[in-house]
Parts: sequence; C-alpha cells; structure tokens
Amino acid sequence: MDADTLVATLQAAVPDAQIEGAPTVDPQTTIYVSRDEVPALARALRDRPELAFDFLAELTAVDYWPKEPRYEVVYVLVSLAHRLRLRMKVRVPADDPHVATVSGVWPAANWLEREVWDLFGIAFDGHPDPRRLLMPEDWQGYPLRKDYPVQIRMIPNASEALQVTEEEFRANLMKDRLTRGR
Amino acid sequence: MPDIKTEVMTVNMGPQHPSTHGVLRLVLELDGETVLTASPTIGYLHTGIEKTTEQKKWQQVIPLVERMDYLSAQSNSMAFCLSVEKLLALEIPERVSNIRVLLAELQRINSHLVWLGTHGMEVGAVSVMLYCFRERELLLNINELLAGFRLFPSYMRVGGLREDLPRGFHAAVVAFLDRFGPKLDEYEDLLTKNEIYLKRTQGVGVISKEAAVAYSLVGPIARAAGVDYDVRRFFPYLGYETYDFAVPTQTKGDVYSRYLVRVAEMRESMKICRQALARITPTGIFAVADPRITPPPKDRVYTEMEALIQHFLIYSQGFTVPAGEAYVPVEGPRGEHGFYVVSDGSNRPWRIKSRAPSLLACQALERMIVGGLIADVIAVIGSIDVVMGDVDR
Repeated sequence: MDADTLVATLQAAVPDAQIEGAPTVDPQTTIYVSRDEVPALARALRDRPELAFDFLAELTAVDYWPKEPRYEVVYVLVSLAHRLRLRMKVRVPADDPHVATVSGVWPAANWLEREVWDLFGIAFDGHPDPRRLLMPEDWQGYPLRKDYPVQIRMIPNASEALQVTEEEFRANLMKDRLTRGR
Repeated sequence: MPDIKTEVMTVNMGPQHPSTHGVLRLVLELDGETVLTASPTIGYLHTGIEKTTEQKKWQQVIPLVERMDYLSAQSNSMAFCLSVEKLLALEIPERVSNIRVLLAELQRINSHLVWLGTHGMEVGAVSVMLYCFRERELLLNINELLAGFRLFPSYMRVGGLREDLPRGFHAAVVAFLDRFGPKLDEYEDLLTKNEIYLKRTQGVGVISKEAAVAYSLVGPIARAAGVDYDVRRFFPYLGYETYDFAVPTQTKGDVYSRYLVRVAEMRESMKICRQALARITPTGIFAVADPRITPPPKDRVYTEMEALIQHFLIYSQGFTVPAGEAYVPVEGPRGEHGFYVVSDGSNRPWRIKSRAPSLLACQALERMIVGGLIADVIAVIGSIDVVMGDVDR
C-alpha cells in the first residue's frame, strides 16, 4: 500500500481528521494528523483489516523550540499482517502541551507516554497512570526540552523519608489491617 | 481447629538484587508464595544519554549509543549508523554491509551467551554460566583484535568502519565458529532435557500471542509466543534477504520456549556468520569514498596539503547532516531496535531516540509474574533478558 492509498483509507475511516502526507528519506510513510482525532485514528489504524497496525513500535516526542508548534509526538506503527510501517505525527503547541492517550488502543503506549510526560512535559489526557517514569518523582522541569538548563545542579529530595503525624500513622495502620488482613 | 490468620506481605525486590540484572526494582505483594501484584520501578540507571547526544558531533555519538544496551554494542552502533546514513543518502559498499552483518550476528551470539549463562545460573545451573562465559571470551577477543576494546569496540562509523579488518580476523572467526557448534550442543545437553530445568521453566511466565503484540514485545520473547516478527525478514536491511537462515519460533510463550528460541537463534546466527565471512575479502574497501565523511588515510595526511585540511575539518567540525528524520529498524539481540534520528542540518543531532526493546519487555513483566510463584519471578526476569542500560538509557 503506498502513502496516498493509506491516507485515503484513513480519511474514509475518520472523515473529521486532517491528514497530510509528509516527504521522508527513509522508506516509511509519514503523515501529520490533527491532535483532536488521535484516539479515533488510532482505533481505525488498529481495527480496520486493510490497515491492521496492531503493533506500536515506538512513541516519542521531539522539541522543535523555538519554532511553533513547538512539539511533535511521533507514533511508529507496524502492521504485521501487511508488513507495513507508518510514522504518524501530531503537532503540539507550546502553551497547551497535551494529547489524548492511546494506551487503551495499544497497551504498550502506557510506559512510552509516561516517558514522554517525564522528559518533555506533554500530558496525555486519560492516561491510567500519569506519573514520571525515569526521573525521580519530585523532579522539577522536563529534561529533554531544549530550554531545560543542563548545567545547573539540582538536588532531588526523593530520598527524604515520608513524614506523617502519629494520628496519620495509626489511621494508616488500621486501614492496612482492615483491607489487607484476612 | 481455629482459623489461622494470614495476611498479604509486601516484598521489595531490588534495586540491589543480584538476579534483577542491574537495578530493576519490583514491589511485590505476596500471598504466601503466590505473587498477587507486581509493580516494576525503573529509572535507577537513567543517565540521560539521549540528552547528551544532542551536544555531540555525529561521529561522537557512537560510543554513547554503544553504552545504552551494553550487551549489544556493535548492533547499537550499526543501527545508529544506518539511520544517519539514510539521512545522508550514502550508498554503503557491499563489503561494509557484509562485515556489519557478520559483526551484528557475532554480537547476537555474544548477547545470547550472557543471557544463557546468567539465566542458567539463576535457576541453579551454575556450570552453564562458566561454560557460556568461556565461549564469550573468544568473542571478546575478536572484538579486541578488531578495535582494541572488548566490550564497546566503537568500530562502526557513519559511512562505514573505522579501519580495515586486522590480519588474522578470518582465522579467528572461523576458529570461533568451529569451536562453538559442538559447545552449543554441550549446553543443550546440560539444559534442554534436564528435569530440574524443565520443572523450573515450563509453563512459567506465559504470555499469549495477542498480549505479546499488544505490549509490543519483540525478538525472542515474541517469537516464543508465536509472533514470527523478525525485522531481518519483514523489513530487510544490509542485504539480509540474500542470506539463508530460518526464524525459529515456538508457540507456548513460556520461559522454556524463550530458551529454545534463543538457542536456535544462535545456530542460525552461526550460519549467517559463515555465509557473510565467505563474502568478505580480507582486505578491501571499508568506508564510503566521500571526502566529507571519511577521513583520509594517515600517509596522505602527512604528505598532502588537501588531505591535512580534510582531516582537520572532519576531526574539528565533523560533518553536517541534511535536515530531516530517519528511523531504520534492525533486529538486535533483543528484537526490533533502532534510532529515530532528527537532524536540523547542523553537525550535531537535534534529537536521538533509541527504540528500547528492554523497556517494553519490562513493562510486560507484570503480566508474566502475577499469579505465579515468587521463585519463578527470578526465572521470568532472566528469560526476558532485560538490559537495564537499555531500559533507562
């Protein structure tokens, strides 16, 4: 399937989406899609038998600071049945960095989206577990952003023990007994 | 008899646990011996290599990417070079491609040997570890012969190889291949029908074909579950379509199937190595003839003005890569691996993202160990062959 057929098939499946092809040097079909239609497109890409992109090989982001729209979220998809590869990209503006999650469509996206949130600060709406993945939980800033200060020393305070009052401790203890003791 | 009160116990396994292969931490909730929940915590080895590469020149990235997945150095740097060469639109000479195939397959055997050794040791077969590391030593010697460095040779370059093959290279590889076949039979004698090994591995850590695809599992883990996805077959690179080899698959998706797939893969890699070696002449072209990228030979640098200038330019400023993006997938020892490379047209990468097969294997770990016994957790972690350097980068 060539790029034009793929775009046409996808457009027929999701009529509201804006889909445009992009030139590439490697032999992977590349498309830009509109941000709001990502969940619908993801479902169409996976479930349509003529597409069958059931394998999410990669999900990442690129920061094109200071250009605008600043970020691109990149989905690399493989159709094992048709031996096709597709790179789907979504432009994300700097002042409102969020995309809908695709972890319901491809479970593998769960950690990959957490990594993008962790390192780029792009939020994934509806993500089941929106925590940092690689950096300490209380880290400030998003290291792979181009304007992240690299030579500034920052001390993470994740190593400090959790502090609770005596009452909180007793309440926790009781809750633990009630819910987990059998 | 009065009821015996039981309660769930939380066990923190790792990050400093010998069998978690680095610094993986698992928080397990146990009901007796049974695992109720498992939550992997990663990031203890996060070194920010992807950020560091953005400040390096293109050739300087190669030692860094080799240290990501530290058991498949040659394969990593090859994947990186292929992506950058795609952006540069370079035609790589056939001899270079054949040498890269040979080195990548030797690296696969190397990585699988470390896996077999450590996994065997964890389930109680300590002698397998000693034997595997003995044969791996020969592969490290070949690396040393090639580049003077055993673990991270940095022998690949964008545009080809660092230098031509050393004298005695063919003999060293042939000696290894001749020795390794019978040794592989010995390892199989120790494990394949070993009653204790079968009891520890059969039906343990099962993942279905559908779950393997949904969780983007690749390489031996997916092939053990019946997904016949091999990048060398599906999207050939470096002329893999001209080599004669099989893609071993199993259907059960348990630890034992993964063992069978990896052992069979080592045999197939040996076949590819012999075919590649037959195509490689002992001396010949080892890099593209492009004066922007390949430095001139030293004797010309010492005698010719132009060569000196060219040498100086390449080592001080590097070369620029046209703006754009490329991703060339390769079949590393752990499955589809590759570097998504973005260039802004300068002499430094704008963004490099490693497609990390171990990260996704780690994510699926929870599915494989919940409901099993705590003793099996060790066998399962060993079987998915995670390299924490690749998970955290």
